Amino acid sequence: MVKRLSVLDAERCVGCQSCMFACARRPGVGGLESTSIWVKSAGGIRKGFAVVVCRACSDPPCTKVCPTDALVNREGGGVKLHTELCIGCHNCEEACPFGAIFWEDTQNKPEICVYCGYCANYCPCDVIALEEINRPVPNTPDEIKAESEASHAQ
Amino acid sequence: MLNNDPLSRVLYIDLARRSYTIQDRSDLFEAGIGGSGVAIRLLEEECPPGTDPMSPENPIILAVGPLVGMFPLGSKAVAMFKSPHTGNLGESHAGGRSAVAIRMAGYGAIVIRKASVSPVYVVVEGEKVYFRDASALWGLNSAYTAGTIIRQNEEGSGMRTIMRIGRAGEQGVSYASVITETYRHFGRLGLGAVFGSKMMKGLVISGKRKLPVTDKRAYRTLYNEIYKAATESELMKKYHQLGTAMNVLPLNAIGALPTRNLQQGTFEGADQISGERLAQDFLGRRVACAHCPVACIHLAAIRYPYPKDPYFYKTSMIGYDHEPIFAVGSLLGGTDIRGLFHLLDEAEVQGLDVMSMGVTLAWATEAMQKGLITTKETDGLNLEWGNYAQYVEAAKRIVNQPNEFYKAMALGAEKVASIYGGLDFALTFGKNEMPGYHTGPGCHLGYLTGARHSHLDSAGYSVDQKAIAKNETLTAEGIASALLEEERWRQVLTSLVICLFARGIYTPEVVQKSLSLVGFERSAADIAAFGADTLHRKFAFKLREGYDPATMRIPRRIMETPSPAGKFDEELLRKAIAHYAANV
Repeated sequence: MVKRLSVLDAERCVGCQSCMFACARRPGVGGLESTSIWVKSAGGIRKGFAVVVCRACSDPPCTKVCPTDALVNREGGGVKLHTELCIGCHNCEEACPFGAIFWEDTQNKPEICVYCGYCANYCPCDVIALEEINRPVPNTPDEIKAESEASHAQ
Repeated sequence: MLNNDPLSRVLYIDLARRSYTIQDRSDLFEAGIGGSGVAIRLLEEECPPGTDPMSPENPIILAVGPLVGMFPLGSKAVAMFKSPHTGNLGESHAGGRSAVAIRMAGYGAIVIRKASVSPVYVVVEGEKVYFRDASALWGLNSAYTAGTIIRQNEEGSGMRTIMRIGRAGEQGVSYASVITETYRHFGRLGLGAVFGSKMMKGLVISGKRKLPVTDKRAYRTLYNEIYKAATESELMKKYHQLGTAMNVLPLNAIGALPTRNLQQGTFEGADQISGERLAQDFLGRRVACAHCPVACIHLAAIRYPYPKDPYFYKTSMIGYDHEPIFAVGSLLGGTDIRGLFHLLDEAEVQGLDVMSMGVTLAWATEAMQKGLITTKETDGLNLEWGNYAQYVEAAKRIVNQPNEFYKAMALGAEKVASIYGGLDFALTFGKNEMPGYHTGPGCHLGYLTGARHSHLDSAGYSVDQKAIAKNETLTAEGIASALLEEERWRQVLTSLVICLFARGIYTPEVVQKSLSLVGFERSAADIAAFGADTLHRKFAFKLREGYDPATMRIPRRIMETPSPAGKFDEELLRKAIAHYAANV
C-alpha cells in the first residue's frame, strides 16, 4: 500500500511550523527554502491554522496540465515528479486548488510532498501523520458516485 | 561564521529618503555573534550621545542570531533603540514570526534610520524594500485592524512577520508597544513610540532560504536532541501546559504576588485569576512562535454580550501570561475575568505595554484614594481597585490625552508621580514599571541594575527563592554576584538568539556545539568572555546616557511590604547596586 501524509486535525495545530523546518532540513540544511508543507494562519492567528500539503488525490488535477509528463500519477494515489523533464512552467502549481504545490525558486521547480513522513516525526501536537492509503481518496467521477451511493445506503 | 550564511548582511533603511542599502558586516557578526551582541555594537555606531529618543536621529535596530531558523526555540528577535520611556538603553525582545522572518529575508540585522514626513509602512521582501503610503491607516482605532489590512494587501512569500503599532505609538505614549502577529510584542520600553515618531505604522518582512551548516549529520543529531528536550522534558512542561500563568498561585502562596500597587504580597482573589482557573474556564487555543514546539502562548476565548441588544455577542481571543495577569489583575485588585480581559484587549487595541499601563494605573488608583488626584485630574473617572469599566476608559484617555494629567500618565508612573506626588509608591525602576515578582531583595536588585530593568535580565526572583528554600540570609555582595553571573550568561543566549524559556536546554555545552555547527568555533571561555563583554558594553552605553547607579530612585513601597525573603532595607540594596556597578 502506498502512503500519504494526512492532516488528522488542524484544530490542534499550534502553528509552531516544526513540520516545515523538518521538511526543509531533509537535505541537511537549516532555514526554509524547500519545504512541501506549509502552516498558515487561517485568516489571522486568532482563528488558528491551516496545514497545506499534498493530499495525494487519486485523480490529481496537477498531472493533467503538465506539458512534459514530468509530473505523473503515482499508482494508488498522489504524484511523482521527474525533475529532469520539468520545464518550470508553473501549470501544476496553478492547478492545485489547495495551493499544495510550492515553488523552489533556485532551481525553478515545483516542491511537492514525497510522502516520506519525516515532518510527522516533528509534530508535537499529533496534527499530521503518515498513513497508508487503504483506498483511493475518492475524486474520480466514478469513485465519488460510488462513495455517495455507499453513504446513502447506510 | 560560514561564508554562505546570509547572517552577516545588514539592511539599512533610510525613512527620510525612502532608500536602502545592504552591506556585508562580517566584522560585526564575528565579534558580536548576533542579537544583543550585534545590536549593542550597531547602537554604538548609530546612536550618538545625548540623542533625543523621539527625534529622527534615534535608530531602530533589529537583530537576529545564528541559531534563528536553525534550531528549535531559536525564535526571538532583539530590538535596540534609545528608549523614550527611560531616556536610556532600550532593548526589547519579541517572538512570533519576527525572528525567523528576518533571517529568512536574508539578514542578520536591520537598521532603520531617520523619519518619514508622512505615514508609511515598510515592506521587506527578501532583497527588495517597498515604502507604502500609510496615511489611511494612521489613526485607525484598532491595531488589530491595521494588522488585518496590511496582511490582506501584502503578498510576500515564505515566512512573514507583520509588525505594527496602535494609536498609542502614534500618540507618543512612551510605553507604546510594537505588536507582531497579534499576540507577541516588542512590549517594553516604548519601541512603539519610536515607530510613531518616525511615522512608521508597520514593518512587514518576509523571505525563504536555506542556511548552511558545517556537518549535516551532526546538525540533525543535535537538532533531534534539542527538539526532544523541548517537547518531552519536564523543563518545558509548565510553559506548554498552563503557560507562564502557572506562576500566579505559587507566587501568591509565598506572598510574592504584588497586589493593589504592592500594598500586599498576597491576593485573596488569586484562585480566580490563576493559570489553572483560566485554563479550565477560558483557554480557547494555544499557539506558538515560529520554530518553537513548546507553544506557550495561551489565548482565552471570552464571550461578551451586548448589554442592550439580546442575541448579539462578540467572542474575543485574548492572549494572557503571568505578567499581564499580575499587571491588570492582582496589582489592580480585580477578579472580574471579563473586565480584566477587556482591559488586556484594550491594551492590544491601543498598542500599549500592558505591564507599564497596569503599574501606572495602580499608582493612579492609590493616588486617588490618598487624595493626591481627584476626578478633576481623571476627567471624571473613579479609579478604584477592580473597577475595569473605569480602567478601560482610563486606558483610552492615556492614548487620547485630553488633559495634563493624562499627558503625564502617557509617560509612565514615575513621570506622573513626580508631578502629582506619591513617588514612594510609584513602582518604577530606572523609570520602567516593575514586573510581577516581589520575592525579596534579589528581584528588586535585578530590576534596578538589569540592562532592561526586567525580571528576565538576571532572574533575581530565582536568587530570592533559592535563598528562601535554603533558609539563607542574602548579602549585598552575594546577590550582586549571582545577578551578574546570570545576566552575563543571558547575553550569550540573547545573542544566538534563543528564547530565554529554553535556557535549561541551551546549556553552555549545547551552546558551544550548536554554534560550532553554524561556523562559530568558540571555546567555553570565549563564550563566557563574550557574555561579560556584551553586558559591559550595554552598561557603558547606559552610563554614557546618564544612568547613575549611585543615585537611582528606589521606591519605598518595596521595602515596606514584607517579601517572602523577609524585610530588607535601602542600605542593603545600595550596597548591592554599588557592588554590581563596580564589577559589571
